[in-house]
Amino acid sequence: MWIFAALVFPAQRKWSSIVNMADSGVTDGPEKKNDIERAKNEGKDLSKEEKQRLRKEKKHQKKSKEKKDEKAPQESEKEKKPVSSAAPAPQSTTQHTTHKAPSAVPAPAPLPVPASESPVPADKPAKSKAELKAERRARQEAERASKQNKKGEVGQQVATGKTKAPQSELQPVVKRLPEHIQADNPDVLKKLAKKLERQQIPLRSDYGRKVSLFSHLHQYSRKAPLTQQLSIPSTVIHPAIVRLGLQYSHGIVAGSNARSVALLHAFKQVIRDYSTPPNEELSRDLVNKLKPYISFLNQCRPLSASMGNAIKYIKKEISNIPSHCKEEEAKSKLVNCIECYINEKIILAAKAIAKYSIEKISDGDVILIYGCSSLVNHILCEALEKRRKFRVIVVDSRPRLEGREALRRLVQRGISCTYVLISAVPYILPEVSKVFLGAHALLANGYVMSRVGTSQIALVAKAFNVPVLVCCETYKFCERVQTDSFVSNELDDPDDLIVTRKGKTHLEDWQQVDSLGLLNLVYDVTPPDFVDLVITDLGMIPCTSVPVVLRVKSVDQ
Amino acid sequence: MELQAVLMAAGGGSRMTDLTYSTPKPMLPVGNKPLMWYPLNLLERVGFEEVIVITTKDVQKMMSTDTKIKHDVKMKLDVVCIQEDGDMGTADALRYIQQKIKTDLLVISCDLITDVALHEVVDLFRAHNATLAMLMSKVHEFTETVPGQKGKKKTAEQRDFVGVDQSGKRLLFMANEADLEDGLSIRKSIMRKHPRMHIKTGLVDAHLYCLKKAVVDFLTENKSISSIRGELVPYLVRKQFSKSTTSQKQEDTEDQNQTKNDESTNHELLVSSRDDPLLQLAQERSCWNDHRGDMSEAYHGGKLRCYVHIMDQGLCYRVNTLAAYIEANRLAPKLFEEPVVHPSAVISERCQMGSDSIIGALCQVADKTSIKRSTIGNSTAIKEKVKVTNSIIMHGVTIEEGCNIQGSVICSNAVIGRGADLKYCLVGNGQRIEPEAERTNEVIVGADQLMEI
Repeated sequence: MWIFAALVFPAQRKWSSIVNMADSGVTDGPEKKNDIERAKNEGKDLSKEEKQRLRKEKKHQKKSKEKKDEKAPQESEKEKKPVSSAAPAPQSTTQHTTHKAPSAVPAPAPLPVPASESPVPADKPAKSKAELKAERRARQEAERASKQNKKGEVGQQVATGKTKAPQSELQPVVKRLPEHIQADNPDVLKKLAKKLERQQIPLRSDYGRKVSLFSHLHQYSRKAPLTQQLSIPSTVIHPAIVRLGLQYSHGIVAGSNARSVALLHAFKQVIRDYSTPPNEELSRDLVNKLKPYISFLNQCRPLSASMGNAIKYIKKEISNIPSHCKEEEAKSKLVNCIECYINEKIILAAKAIAKYSIEKISDGDVILIYGCSSLVNHILCEALEKRRKFRVIVVDSRPRLEGREALRRLVQRGISCTYVLISAVPYILPEVSKVFLGAHALLANGYVMSRVGTSQIALVAKAFNVPVLVCCETYKFCERVQTDSFVSNELDDPDDLIVTRKGKTHLEDWQQVDSLGLLNLVYDVTPPDFVDLVITDLGMIPCTSVPVVLRVKSVDQ
Repeated sequence: MELQAVLMAAGGGSRMTDLTYSTPKPMLPVGNKPLMWYPLNLLERVGFEEVIVITTKDVQKMMSTDTKIKHDVKMKLDVVCIQEDGDMGTADALRYIQQKIKTDLLVISCDLITDVALHEVVDLFRAHNATLAMLMSKVHEFTETVPGQKGKKKTAEQRDFVGVDQSGKRLLFMANEADLEDGLSIRKSIMRKHPRMHIKTGLVDAHLYCLKKAVVDFLTENKSISSIRGELVPYLVRKQFSKSTTSQKQEDTEDQNQTKNDESTNHELLVSSRDDPLLQLAQERSCWNDHRGDMSEAYHGGKLRCYVHIMDQGLCYRVNTLAAYIEANRLAPKLFEEPVVHPSAVISERCQMGSDSIIGALCQVADKTSIKRSTIGNSTAIKEKVKVTNSIIMHGVTIEEGCNIQGSVICSNAVIGRGADLKYCLVGNGQRIEPEAERTNEVIVGADQLMEI
């Protein structure tokens, strides 16, 4: 029997070791119903997915012939979405119900549930096909399992990243594991190198020994910027993008909002300097032009969720430009769209969030903040203007020590602040009445991705029964799902951890010590149980309503 | 386009007139390549495709005949000729080509030989949106004896005082000893913003500058500035901390009215780009600051920023004195992996040649000669039993039998008679040394040159 894991519902807390098939664990039943409904509505999608599945099957069939003997007598039940399987049997090893899998599907599945596997009779022909498919699926899973057994991943714990792979592979909209969390897979690296070569972008090489748990992530050194390998008057990449990439990698532009604004600013310049080559359409060519720039920025520093959403928006706007539109008009339209996006999603959202938050700040409050979140700083400054009486405790952590900047901004406005390091948080929490946290992204299962250390603060705050409020604009909502900080994270330059005290630099030669690895994590995820309220521009919502917001957003668009 | 390269090759070489009175400085052979080939090669390696070369007519003529430049340099050279009388400073030259300048500039001098990673300088320029980014290097002491120098090297070299901030990148202060009468005075505004400043004196300016286009526009308005190094750079460094550029926000509206009053501040205001509000927003939301300890925002709110990259390893020479020229000849060949002996040179078998010598094209070296640590130019004929040590022999020289040349510089087309013994001499262009002459530590140049003071 396959043991499921991955997206375990937090309340149940069963960290079963994940083997290969990580599954979202949702039972087939509810899914099937959804699927069939969708199949009815979107016949096109169904066939696309079928086609994809057929392609996969052809590939796997070749392999399955070799691996038939190794097939373990296990079956998994992955449900393959579209075609609801009529096979009820492999159902329920999982008793865990969890949130829906990384879904590109905004439709939230009705949660838990018992296996009502009766194959919904809606689609008769589909059903018979479905049965065949179910068998094929079973075969595929078996041999996938055996393949991964071969790779020796059995019994390894926390190979969550890897477990995600097969699971995501079986999702209806076939999602492959993103490249940026497969830094230890030589095939992926080769593919990435080829892609970058095609786009004429230099490949940034990893630096230093990585801690084994995070060896699937890239780790770069700030002293080896990507511009070393670029020509100096950069012709392949627009100078504004080169400048932006440098500013990202040096940390001059840091923070989710700042990065998105800077990105959109650079895109504005790119659009202004763009001219459609003959025989090309602006709507298609400009998107192709932007792809290498995005790869370049990704190499300089992995893209944030907010940047990803902004890019999606821009690409959509560009492709929606009607072909009869003249170039100048199209360009000015795009520039306008960018400005509107920034205005709505960042500036006005900040105002709205400030308005809601101020309701939650009462006189005499002691507010704890962590690191330097532009939104939280904005809220506090607004609250001061509305004449609320409060004081702030700024918690800071190495190596970034961003709290100093937050401290400076608040003190400059006249807010009375206390400054502590994160190790003193349990000491100071009894004084605190509220905790305001900023977020880098809000994931679809309600987890909050933020600067490393945030989850600790939320945990301790929960232990002290202090309300934790997370402030996040809706454009940072992301459809990804994560339950731990290992799978998808960012590794910063390990040399940042080296510090010189009293003339001595102990870690200077850390690379010579074979058993030493320096880890400089950037993000971590906070489970929704620790977060009491999320304040967004749409209002104050509980953490678990994030999928609803995502669905509403996608419907709007 | 991001950057335009401008090569300043109109300099006269006023500090080594003995060498330059017949060959213009940009075409002096260093390691058998013309001096200006080195910066051109640097630009080409980095990826430039076009260079604007500002030079004189003589140099342009010589460039068109020089094989190295014609064949090896693949970039497009846009040669702009200016008058040779020497009144035009480097800033004047920029003003002269103002029409050609469409974007930010990289100004490089023809006498720079370096293997710097140019991206270090340009990255400072890009990342911090700087107005000026320049390159400096630690001074290397010249150890070779310079021909014609009587007595010790003059130590009265005017020192440059360069003040940088704690990170070593931001340029805070720059002054030459000549301009400081009774001591170094630093403005309070600088000390308030950067309480910790490192002042360095042992640096040589490489004359490699990245300038924003706004600076060129500023130069066209301000005709009083004529030299980049002497006037423009100190001016920009000072202007970083002047009140007008730091209090941008209030001034922006007011200055709309008083445009013509203060030309200089008006043009520095143009440092801001048209998308400034968005950049400002990004900077505000970013949690980065370039300094800490006071209440001001990143860069102290200043729009004008000057940065410097100080090289501590690697080659960086400015060939503007005889000593530098000799040193450069010694080390420049190490920059490139080229065969020491040119394929077309005819070297007899009984010649002893050290591995650190270079023989140019079409040379003829006869038997029983010994060439150590020397550079022999193109088309030079060296007869038998000649000993050449530690010397630089330029093109077209004839050295008759039995000569002993040590530590000397022999310019083009000179003829050294048989049996001559030259130690630490500089033989000018086209000179003839009579046979059996014995010269030590002398500069032998023609009579016509002596008049040119």
